[in-house]
Amino acid sequence: MLAFIIRRSLQSVAVLVAMSLLVFVGVYAVGNPIDILINPQADQIEREHAIAALGLDRSLPEQYLSFVTGAAHGDLGRSFVHSTPALSLILERMPATMELALAAMVIAIVLGIPLGLWAGLKPRSIAGRAIMAGSILGFSLPTFWVGLMLIMVFSVMLGWLPSSGRGPTVDLFGVIPVSFLSLEGWRHLALPAINLALFKLALLIRLTRAGAREALLQDYVKFARAKGLTNARIIGVHVLRNILIPIVTVIGLELGSVIAFAIVTESVFAWPGMGKLLIDSIGLLDRPVIVAYLLIIVTLFIIINLVVDILYSALDPRVRVTESKG
Amino acid sequence: MSVPLLEVEGLRTHFFTKAGVVKAVDDVSFTVSKGEVLGLVGESGSGKTMIGYSIMGLIDPPGRIVSGRIVLGGRDLRALSPEALRQLRGNRIAMIFQDPMMTLNPVLRIDVQMVETILAHESLPRAAAMERSRAALVRVGIPSPDERLSAYPHQFSGGMRQRVAIAIALLNNPDLIIADEPTTALDVTIQGQILYEMQKLTRETGAAMIWVTHDLAVVAGLADRVCVMYAGRIVEEGTVADVIERPVHPYTQGLLDSVPSRTARGVRLKPIQGMAPSLADLPLGCAFRDRCGRSIDACLGAPETRMVGDLSRGRAVRCHNPLPPVAVLE
Ligand SMILES: Nc1ncnc2c1ncn2[C@@H]1O[C@H](COP(=O)(O)OP(=O)(O)OP(=O)(O)O)[C@@H](O)[C@H]1O
Ligand SMILES: [Mg+2]
Repeated sequence: MLAFIIRRSLQSVAVLVAMSLLVFVGVYAVGNPIDILINPQADQIEREHAIAALGLDRSLPEQYLSFVTGAAHGDLGRSFVHSTPALSLILERMPATMELALAAMVIAIVLGIPLGLWAGLKPRSIAGRAIMAGSILGFSLPTFWVGLMLIMVFSVMLGWLPSSGRGPTVDLFGVIPVSFLSLEGWRHLALPAINLALFKLALLIRLTRAGAREALLQDYVKFARAKGLTNARIIGVHVLRNILIPIVTVIGLELGSVIAFAIVTESVFAWPGMGKLLIDSIGLLDRPVIVAYLLIIVTLFIIINLVVDILYSALDPRVRVTESKG
Repeated sequence: MSVPLLEVEGLRTHFFTKAGVVKAVDDVSFTVSKGEVLGLVGESGSGKTMIGYSIMGLIDPPGRIVSGRIVLGGRDLRALSPEALRQLRGNRIAMIFQDPMMTLNPVLRIDVQMVETILAHESLPRAAAMERSRAALVRVGIPSPDERLSAYPHQFSGGMRQRVAIAIALLNNPDLIIADEPTTALDVTIQGQILYEMQKLTRETGAAMIWVTHDLAVVAGLADRVCVMYAGRIVEEGTVADVIERPVHPYTQGLLDSVPSRTARGVRLKPIQGMAPSLADLPLGCAFRDRCGRSIDACLGAPETRMVGDLSRGRAVRCHNPLPPVAVLE
């Protein structure tokens, strides 16, 4: 197990280095930020001064090298626009995005697995068909449009829920600002979380349904019935334990993507998260923030994948990672 | 004769598929007495497994038991509620499946899969259920049972898995065990061991058994009586000695001629010509007619089951032109 984690960590470092290089070159190619950042009235001397201050007078390899040296010490550069460290700028926004993403995932899991099971067990029933039809909608409607519709109905027409921002936050453990600890915060969180959850909900319904239908055909289910087990036990233990394996994998991977792609929802609901920061930074060609954001997302993906692999081996005895045999 | 433990009468289990009605089990009747081993023999697709599933109440759509009675210990199983039937399954009747690699749940530990079988039928402290599971593993000859209890199915060989399945079937001391070709997927040596142990176990526990197989030789050493199936029907029934030494149905004769035997070395094997008909599209009359060397005009009509020979020996055949020497009693 330990050997496994060490091996994975080394791989992760390699991935991060490769990724940083790609991102750095990519961002460099996008455009020169100096035209946006500097007052058009500035004269040549002021201009050169600014370029030197931002380190943009140096060659790409030089810039990359100094970035990597900094990164090794935990310094991902300073924002051109805000003049504060890019890392802290992003970390400040991270709780908002994390809260939104986790809330969305919880909604998707809590509704998706039971609905998917139902649809899988009773594929011909009216409820089963309705669930599947709903999941097709969840798949095919674009997120931003659904977001706008939610605002139209629940904020504008019914006036039940606010349409933008996080509302008041409460500090969790005294440091992490979160919305979900107050009623007002919940009301702000509801619409964006539902919006972000819809696609994942549809995905989990389909995955669970397909898994359940396949598992039901297996001999071990028939044998479980031949043993005289109750239906509740057959579904809740024999079937669920088997389909949980792909479901956990997908939930893990989707958690990463839900964090990364919260951007659309954050934009629609003016949710002050990392995604919104990224969009703003791209608009201003704020290179250090873009690079730092992408690297943080990659790190998140790596960590999530690691956790999924560990969970996976806990769920599936056949792939269990052992130290003795390895 | 005493009241039989299991009485199946006129059982018809059909599958209603798009391609037509598949008559997997068609008018099957037999009985099993307490402590008796009944061999159910027939080639692949003849409906043996579906008889087992029908008794267990495990036929799934598009299949359905169309008619017939299944009486176990005086209770008509078809009239029972789903819950009452569940309480019988794995408790009074147990079934062992054909493929040991597929019957155990791959992600649950053996002890979980055993203990749940006990707890589904009686309330018992966990430790007691565990102890009984352990004893069952010992009974089927699994070494170091304590270790094995906390293992997962993939850590067992095929033969060991089938032993675990047998142990599970024995857990609640059932009155009847339906063993659906439990040794077909295994090596010959393992097959022999398991056969021997099953024989011993049924003798010890007094359980009756239906032993399903396509191998008459297996039945010869194990069963008391045999039913030979062809295309969803029982075509011949009798004691093992009668059926194997003096078959009266041409199909049984064909089966015996198509297996090599020690005594008849050098004698040419005579496989049955042709192929078994599709169960969705059975010819009228006798289903074996087209492959039969003894068919006569009467075979265009469906044969009824008739008793043959000495009535007390329970010999029956479903044929218009059975083999001599046994005379047909009208
Ligand atoms: N779900 C189904 N739909 C249609 N036909 C089915 C279905 N299940 C079984 N059958 C039919 O039932 C017939 C009997 O099958 P069964 O499994 O009882 O055969 P078997 O005698 O056990 O054969 P084997 O020795 O290969 O196990 C088969 O010929 C098959 O066509
Ligand atoms: Mg079979």
